[in-house]
Amino acid sequence: MTSVGAAPKIVWRFATVIDVVHETPETRTLTLDVPGWPGHRAGQHVDVRLTAEDGYQTERSYSIASPPDDSRLALTVERLDDGEVSPYLSDELRSGDKLELRGPIGGYFVWEIATGGPLLLVAGGSGIVPLMAMVRHRDIALGAADIGARHRLPVRLLYSSRRWEDVIYRDELASLAEKDATLEVNHTLTREQPDGWTGFKRRIDRAMLEAVAWPATEQPRVYVCGPTPLVEAVAANLVELGHQPALVKTERFGPTGGSV
Amino acid sequence: MKKRATRKPKADMQPVDGNAAAGILSELFIPDLTAARAKCAGCGVTRTIGVLLVYAHGMGTVMRCPGCDRVVMRIARTPTHVWLDATGATSIAVAAPR
Amino acid sequence: MSLISRGFRGRRQSADTAGRLPPGQYETRDFPVLSAGPTPRTPLTAWDFTLRGADGRTAHWTWDEFIALPRQTTTKDIHCVTKWSKFDTVWEGISVDTLLSEAAAKGIASSPYVLARCDGGYTTNLPLADVMGGKAWVAFMYNGAPLPPEHGGPARLLVPHLYFWKSAKWVRELRLMESDTPGFWESLGYHNYGDPWREQRYAGDE
Repeated sequence: MTSVGAAPKIVWRFATVIDVVHETPETRTLTLDVPGWPGHRAGQHVDVRLTAEDGYQTERSYSIASPPDDSRLALTVERLDDGEVSPYLSDELRSGDKLELRGPIGGYFVWEIATGGPLLLVAGGSGIVPLMAMVRHRDIALGAADIGARHRLPVRLLYSSRRWEDVIYRDELASLAEKDATLEVNHTLTREQPDGWTGFKRRIDRAMLEAVAWPATEQPRVYVCGPTPLVEAVAANLVELGHQPALVKTERFGPTGGSV
Repeated sequence: MKKRATRKPKADMQPVDGNAAAGILSELFIPDLTAARAKCAGCGVTRTIGVLLVYAHGMGTVMRCPGCDRVVMRIARTPTHVWLDATGATSIAVAAPR
Repeated sequence: MSLISRGFRGRRQSADTAGRLPPGQYETRDFPVLSAGPTPRTPLTAWDFTLRGADGRTAHWTWDEFIALPRQTTTKDIHCVTKWSKFDTVWEGISVDTLLSEAAAKGIASSPYVLARCDGGYTTNLPLADVMGGKAWVAFMYNGAPLPPEHGGPARLLVPHLYFWKSAKWVRELRLMESDTPGFWESLGYHNYGDPWREQRYAGDE
């Protein structure tokens, strides 16, 4: 869905939950039907607002996992034990429930085909969500195109997770990479690895980026998303490796200090 | 996902990126302000608002210059209004719609 | 009116601790950190505290001088405008009465208003009457330990009878003012005074 000219006014809408799927032990994907959804770009997010019976309200932001090409909206939520909102979204919400949200929000951390590549995506934990929207969008948008188009827009994804069970979209990423030689997925598992694991076993560092990332001379578009310390370290390393800061876009997760 | 709490106890509140303020800015401005460019009144450097450091203080949104830490914009929402103080930005430039 | 989210209760306790909770508040057992910027980390060797009169005259203490002043321990309930209240918080610090009388001894005249100024640029304003008479401290110990930086250490203002944004973290100066000057949140839609018992959260609240 293309939109030129002024951005649409962002209003609160009621979405209907179609489905809640367990991605990993700690994450769920909510599939939503959002009447009147104006469309979005990969990387954008929504604000979700919950209201208790006494009127108490709280808001959180969630990246959109679904590509703009899908008619339904998908949000992937990480369940935090001490969270106020995520346990509700993960455990309580059922298909048929309504959810109040507004969006799409954010024009800075977005990627579309026209942005170009090569594309370097670096994710820490649940930071994979907006990047997955980008990967999915690229796959669908280039689906019918000639193989040359894919070669002109290759993707390298470096994804840090604690354990193999925590890797979100694990099977989907494997199957996308298998059928598409221009999509390269590299995992690093920082806490525990399965038997026979030959991949990376440590936090992302400069050496890993040097091994995996496009060289700075390729001028890749870079998107880094995850916890603040990871994002800051990766961004600093990339700049040290010669990447132009203007081409490195970051989205940090921080503590939820209430609504923004 | 955005703005998820990290698992370790939160001793220090880490800032998030300017795009985290896009929601509340959309209550004030129709164009997406996170893609606009603001000149910091402190150090004079012009940056995309998306790269400002957002401190999502429970009382409001405070956006600071990543270079000099000065408050560029601050926003608070009350039941009746959204307040904006942008005196920390000497200028803000929004790209004209195509 | 927003949609009611089926089954959502939020983090609050459902039972009111009778009489101790101001209207609209809920009790919390933890101590949330709200920050408008990076945590200042002033070393104690560089830290000082100033009480400045409207005419510019100052009383000034280094850290060692400050903590040598007669100190008090106080146990108070605190109330944040973001709706959490925490009961029985224990603080140790210097009563603002002590600082004001030291200042008076140096000939600093009193003024009707105070502006608290802090590392990191935060400010908050109060009537002088609200920091006198045993109502306010500059606290450097919380729960028997040195006040941690994320909660305002080395020292913060403590004015528990008002919403906790008035208990300015990383306080370095109390400036006596002839006219009331709205501080950081007071100039952005929050109430100028902030009495939790009258639920004075926002400008215009009675």
